[in-house]
Amino acid sequence: MDEAQAVLDSIEGTVGEIAVDNPKMSMRDVDVFYAEKQAIFGVDLDVANNEVIAMIGPSGCGKSTFLRCLNRMNDTIPICRVSGSVMLDGDDIYAADQDPVLLRARVGMVFQKPNPFPKSIFDNVAYGARIHGLAANRAELDDIVVGSLKRAGLYEEVKSRLDAPGTSLSGGQQQRLCIARSIAVSPEVILMDEPCSALDPIATARIEELIDELRENYAIAIVTHSMQQAARVSQRTAYFHLGKLVEVGDTNEIFTNPQHELTENYITGRFG
Amino acid sequence: MQSNTLLLVILALAVVSYFFARHKAFGVLKSNGSVSARHSLPAHYGYLLALWCAIPALAILLGWKLFEPGVINGMLVDSLPQQVVDGGDSRIGLYTNDINNLVEAGGIESIADADKQAAAQKLVSLRSASRLVLTVLVLAALLVSLLVGLRHMQPQTQARVIVEKFIKVILVSCASIAILTTMGIVLSVLFESIRFFQQVGFWEFVTGSKWSPQTAIRADQVGSSGSFGAIPLFTGTMLISVIALIVAVPLGLMSAIYLAEYASARTRSIVKPLLEILAGIPTVVYGFFAALTVAPAIRSMGESIGLSVSSESALAAGAVMGIMIIPFVSSLSDDVITSVPQSIRDASFGLGATQAETIRKVVLPAALPGIVSSVLLAASRAIGETMIVVMAAGLAANLTANPLEAVTTVTVQIVTLLTGDQEFESAKTLAAFALGLMLFVATLLLNVIALYTVRRYREQYD
Repeated sequence: MDEAQAVLDSIEGTVGEIAVDNPKMSMRDVDVFYAEKQAIFGVDLDVANNEVIAMIGPSGCGKSTFLRCLNRMNDTIPICRVSGSVMLDGDDIYAADQDPVLLRARVGMVFQKPNPFPKSIFDNVAYGARIHGLAANRAELDDIVVGSLKRAGLYEEVKSRLDAPGTSLSGGQQQRLCIARSIAVSPEVILMDEPCSALDPIATARIEELIDELRENYAIAIVTHSMQQAARVSQRTAYFHLGKLVEVGDTNEIFTNPQHELTENYITGRFG
Repeated sequence: MQSNTLLLVILALAVVSYFFARHKAFGVLKSNGSVSARHSLPAHYGYLLALWCAIPALAILLGWKLFEPGVINGMLVDSLPQQVVDGGDSRIGLYTNDINNLVEAGGIESIADADKQAAAQKLVSLRSASRLVLTVLVLAALLVSLLVGLRHMQPQTQARVIVEKFIKVILVSCASIAILTTMGIVLSVLFESIRFFQQVGFWEFVTGSKWSPQTAIRADQVGSSGSFGAIPLFTGTMLISVIALIVAVPLGLMSAIYLAEYASARTRSIVKPLLEILAGIPTVVYGFFAALTVAPAIRSMGESIGLSVSSESALAAGAVMGIMIIPFVSSLSDDVITSVPQSIRDASFGLGATQAETIRKVVLPAALPGIVSSVLLAASRAIGETMIVVMAAGLAANLTANPLEAVTTVTVQIVTLLTGDQEFESAKTLAAFALGLMLFVATLLLNVIALYTVRRYREQYD
C-alpha cells in the first residue's frame, strides 16, 4: 500500500498535450470519490470531434470510472461523487440545470458485456428512438432502425429476422447491435467501455473496423485493456495509473516513444 | 428384544462399522503408499460398510412391523371358537378387538370367559414368539450382512460410486413420496367425487344455479329436497378472489417497484420485513377485522350514499383478503425485479431513458414471468382462503355479481358440509369432495393458462 502511495505521489501532472483545437468534450480537474475513497485525481483531458481517443492502463486505474463520468452514468451509483468540470460543447454537464437524461441521449455508451434488451432486434434499436420520440411514424422508425443497423454493419446479417430476440445473436453481433442501438438516437459522442473484451478475435476485428468508420461522424472515447487495440483504432491515447492521468498524446508517439517511465513500463509489458 | 432396542442395536452397529471400515481403509491406503491410486476416500468405505450392515436388518425390521399385526390377527382368528367365527366379519372384529384390549390391560388370569381367556393367552404367546423370531432374524441379518460387507471391503471396491448412487436413491425416494402423496390425495378426492356423481348428476352439479345441500334424513322431513348447483359457489369464489386481486396486485406491484427501484437500501431493509408481517397475521384475525370493522364501515358508507349493503358483503371479505395477500405479490415481485441484471438497466439509462421509462419498458417486461407467478400464488391463496369469507361474507349461496351482497365460496361450503355430525354416505357430505375436485381442476387450469401466457410473452434475459 505504501509503495502504491509512493507511486501515486510521484505522478505530478500529465505529460503531453491534454488540449485539442476543437474540443467536443473537455474535462478539467475531475475528481471522483466512491464514498471516502478517491478513485480519480484531478484529471484534465479533451476529446476532439472525429477522433478516437483510447484510455489505457492497468486494472483498477480508474479509466472506466472516468469514462462513466462523461455521460453521468456514475449517477446511478449512490456512493459515487464527482467534482471538477466536464464540458460538452462548452456547457458543464454537471451544472444544476443539466438533465442527465438529455445528456445521455447526446453522449451514448457501449458497455463491456453486450447487453441487448430481452426484446426483438428491431425493438432494441428502436428503443431509444421511441423514448425520445425521434420518429413521427412507423416508416421513419423503420428508416432509423435500418439505417442504424447498416451503419453498425449488422443489417445484412439480421435483415431477415428483425423479430428474433436480440439475445439470440452471437456475442459479436450482440455488441454490434448495442452499437446500432446507441447510434440510433444520433448521439454526438460515443463512449465505449472495453467493448471487445467479451468477444473473439474475429468479432473484435469487425468492431474495430466499425469504430474506425464511426469516427467520421462522432467523437469516440474507448477504454481498452488491449494495447494493440488502442494502437489500431485510436488517434490519441491517454495512459491512466492509480486514478491519475499520467500521459496523453498522439497514439503513434505514445507507443513508439513514451515520455513517462510508468507509460513505458506498461507499454513494454513490465506490469499491467 | 423390543423393536426399539433392535433399532438402537442396528444403528449402533452401523456407526461402529463406519468407523471401523474408515479406519481400516485409511490403514490400507497408507500402507499402499500411493494415495493417488486409491479409488475412494476412507469415509466412503465407512459409509459403505455402515449401509451394508444396516439396510438388510432395517428392511427386515420394517417389513416385520408392517405385516406382524395382520399375521398374528389371522392366526388368532383361526383359533377362535366356532360360534364367534360364524357371527361374520363384524363379530370377529369386535371379538378380537376385545381380546386385544384385555391383553393391553393386563391380568389375563382374571378374565371370566374361558374362551376369551384362552384367546388372550394365545395372543400373548403369539406375540412373544413373534418378538423372539424377529430378534433372531435381525441379529442374524446383521451378522451375515456385516460379514458379506467386510468381504467387499477391498481396495478395488468402488465405494464412492456405490455411496453416491445410494444418495441418489434417497433423493429420488424423497421426491417420490411428495408426488405419491399428492396423487393419493387427488385419487381419493376423485373416487369420493365419483360416488357423489352417482347420486347427483354431473351436469346438474356443474351448471345448476341453486345451492342448498340440506337433504332429508328421514322420509317424513319436508322442505329439504337438496339441490347441488355449484355455480353460485364458484361465482362467489371468483367474485371475492377478483376483488382481492384488484386490491392486492396494484398495491403489491407498486410497492415492489418502489422497494426494488427507488427505495434506499436502508428503507428497503425496514419496509420489506414490515410488509411481510402482513402474511404472518393469522387469517382468523383478518376475519374478525373484516367482519367487525371493515364490513360495518362499508355498510354505513354505502348507506350514506343510498346503496343497500348487506352486513356481510363480498366487498368486505375481498378487500381484507386483498390486504392479506399483498406481501405475496410485493415480496416475490420485489425479488424478481431486483434480480433483473443491472447491465440492461445501464443500457437503458445510457440511451437517455428516464428511470420510469426504464422500469416500464425494460425491467418489468424482463421480470414478467416472476411477477405473474407471484400473482398466481396470491390468487391461489385468495381462492383457497376460507376463514375471512366465513366471517365476513356469510354463508348464503347467492348467485350475484354485486359485491355489496353476501356470497359464499367453495372452500367455505366444504367446511360447513364436513363439520358437525354427518352421515358419510349422504350426498351432502360427498358434495364436499366434488367441490374440492372442481376447485382443484379450476386452480390447475388457471396455472396452465398463466404459464402458457407467460411463455408466450416473456422477454428472456440471460
